[in-house]
Amino acid sequence: MNIVVLIKQVPDTWSERTLSDSDKTLDRASSDAVLDEINERAVEEALKIKEAGDAEVTVLTVGPDRATDAIRKALSMGADKAVHVNDEAIHGSDAVTTAKVLAKAVGTVGDVDLVLAGNEATDGRSGAMAGMLGEILGWPSLTHANSLTVENGTASVKRETDEGTCDVTASLPAVVSVGEKINEPRYPSFKGIMAAKKKPVSALGISDLGLEAGEVGLAGSLVQVDSFAPRPPKSGGQKVEDEGDGGQKIAEFLVGQKLI
Amino acid sequence: MAEVLVLVDHVDGEIKKNTYEMLTAARRLGEPAAVVVGTPGTAAKLAEGLAAHGAEKVYVAESDDAVNYLSTPQVDALAALVERVSPPAVLIAAGADGREVAGRLAVRTNSGWLNDLVEVDGQREGTHSIFGGAFTVQSRATTDTAVISWRSGSIEIEENAGAGTQENVEVPAIDEAKSAKVSNRAPIVGGDRPELTEANVVVAGGRGVGSADNFNVVETLADSLHAAVGASRAAVDSGYYPNQFQVGQTGKTVSPQLYIALGISGAIQHRAGMQTSKTIVAVNKDPEAPIFEIADFGVVGDLFSISPQLTEEVGKRSS
Repeated sequence: MNIVVLIKQVPDTWSERTLSDSDKTLDRASSDAVLDEINERAVEEALKIKEAGDAEVTVLTVGPDRATDAIRKALSMGADKAVHVNDEAIHGSDAVTTAKVLAKAVGTVGDVDLVLAGNEATDGRSGAMAGMLGEILGWPSLTHANSLTVENGTASVKRETDEGTCDVTASLPAVVSVGEKINEPRYPSFKGIMAAKKKPVSALGISDLGLEAGEVGLAGSLVQVDSFAPRPPKSGGQKVEDEGDGGQKIAEFLVGQKLI
Repeated sequence: MAEVLVLVDHVDGEIKKNTYEMLTAARRLGEPAAVVVGTPGTAAKLAEGLAAHGAEKVYVAESDDAVNYLSTPQVDALAALVERVSPPAVLIAAGADGREVAGRLAVRTNSGWLNDLVEVDGQREGTHSIFGGAFTVQSRATTDTAVISWRSGSIEIEENAGAGTQENVEVPAIDEAKSAKVSNRAPIVGGDRPELTEANVVVAGGRGVGSADNFNVVETLADSLHAAVGASRAAVDSGYYPNQFQVGQTGKTVSPQLYIALGISGAIQHRAGMQTSKTIVAVNKDPEAPIFEIADFGVVGDLFSISPQLTEEVGKRSS
C-alpha cells in the first residue's frame, strides 16, 4: 500500500506569534517552529499500517527550507521517503490554493491508496484540509479519526468531534485526518535518526507540479487580507484581596455590570 | 436583493443558536435564505424560528441520506444552490462539521473561504480574531461568492420577521466512491448545561481546583448562573475534567458575556481561548497570576470559600 502523510511545521504555540507587516502573512521567522504534534500522530498511524503489512510511507510537506526539520523528524520515526514542495511563489497561499498544491503534490507520489493528515494545525486552524484535499482528488475524506482500520480496500474510522461520535467507512483511495486520541507517537530511535539521513527527499517547485506562479501564493489566492491589527491589550481592572467577602464582592461587581 | 445562503446548524432538528446569529449577519449582505439539510420532516420543526429571525426563504433539502454521509449532503445541496442563485455569501457554522462543509464547498465552487469570522460588514469585509484574539484581521473574498464560517457568540442575535417561504430543492444522489458513509451516530448531548462555545456565561476551573471531585465547586457556581463549565489544559491534563471542556489554544475558543476563571493561572495557552470574553472575573491564590492582567475583576484568595459564597449571592438575587 502506498501511503502519503501530510506534515506541517508550525510556530510553537508556547511562543509569541505574530503577522508580517509587509504582506500580512504569518511571520514564520519570528517564532520557534516545531513539527505539529498532530502530524506525529498521523505519521505514527501510517507506520502502524506499514508494520502490520506492507506499505511505503511518504511524508509530504509544503513549506520553506526549514521545514526540513519536520521532514527529518518524520523520517527518523520511520517514514521511507519525503517530498518537500518548496517554492517562494507558494508563500501566502490561502486554504483553497494550499489544497490545490497538496493535491498536485500527492499526484507526484504515484498510485496513492491513502493520505493521512492531522485534523487541525495549531496555526491556520482551518481544520478542513483533509476534506478539501479529498474534494479536489475526488476521494472520500474520513475526518477526526480516533481509530483507523484499513482492510480489503476499505478504510474505517471512529470519528470524534466536539459535536459527537460516529463510525465512518469509505473505499480507498481516501483521505483520513487523525485526532489527538488516535495513538501516542513513538520517539525516534538513535538508529532511526541515523537512517533518516540517508532517506531520499525530493524537493519540488511549483513548475514540477504543473502549476504557474499566478495560480498560487498571494496572487492565486481567492481571499485577500486587507489589514490586521494587534488587539488593544486588555488592561486588568480591579484586583482585591479576599477578606472573607470575596464572593460578595464579585456579586456586587456583577450586579454593577448588569450581569446578574 | 441578492439571496445570502445560511446553512442551518441543527442536531436532528434541534436548532443551534449560531444559526440565528448567521441570519442576523446575512441580512447585512442581502436577503437571508436558510438552507435546511436533514431527514424528512426536519424543516417543519425549524421553519418558525428561521422566519422569526429573518429568513425570507427556507430551502429544504431533505432525504434519508442526509445523516448517512459525512458532509457530502450539505456540500452537494449548497453547491447546487450556489450555482442557481449566485449568492454573495454562504454562511456556515464554524464547528468541526461546518468547517469541513465550508472548506469543501469553497473548493468545489472555487470560492474564497473566510474562516472563523466574528464580524462582517455590508461590503463583505470580514473580521477574524486569530491567535486566540491577539490579532484581528480584515479580509475579503475576491470571488463572486464568499464562503464564510461563522464563529458562534460573535454578534447579538436580532429578531426580524422574514417571509420564511419554503421551497423543496432536489437532493443530488450520493456518489458512493467519493463519499464517506456514516453509522452509529451519537451526537454529544450537553445535558442541562449550555454548550461551551454557545454559552453566555462560562465558569472554568484550573489546576487550583485540585481534583476531579472538587470540580463540583465549579459546576455548582456554573449552574447558579446557567453557565457552561470549562477547564484549563492543566486541569484536563491532570484528569480533573474531560477533554471536550478544555478552553485554550489546543481546546475551545470561547467569547461569552462573562467568563469566571477559578484557580486558573492564565498561561498564554489558556488566554488564547478566552481573552475575547466581554467580562472576565478571576479568583486565584497567587496575586501574581497572569490571569489578573486581563481580568476586569480579580479576587486574590481561596476559591473554595469565594466560589460557594458567590453561588449563594447569585442564588439570593435570582430568587
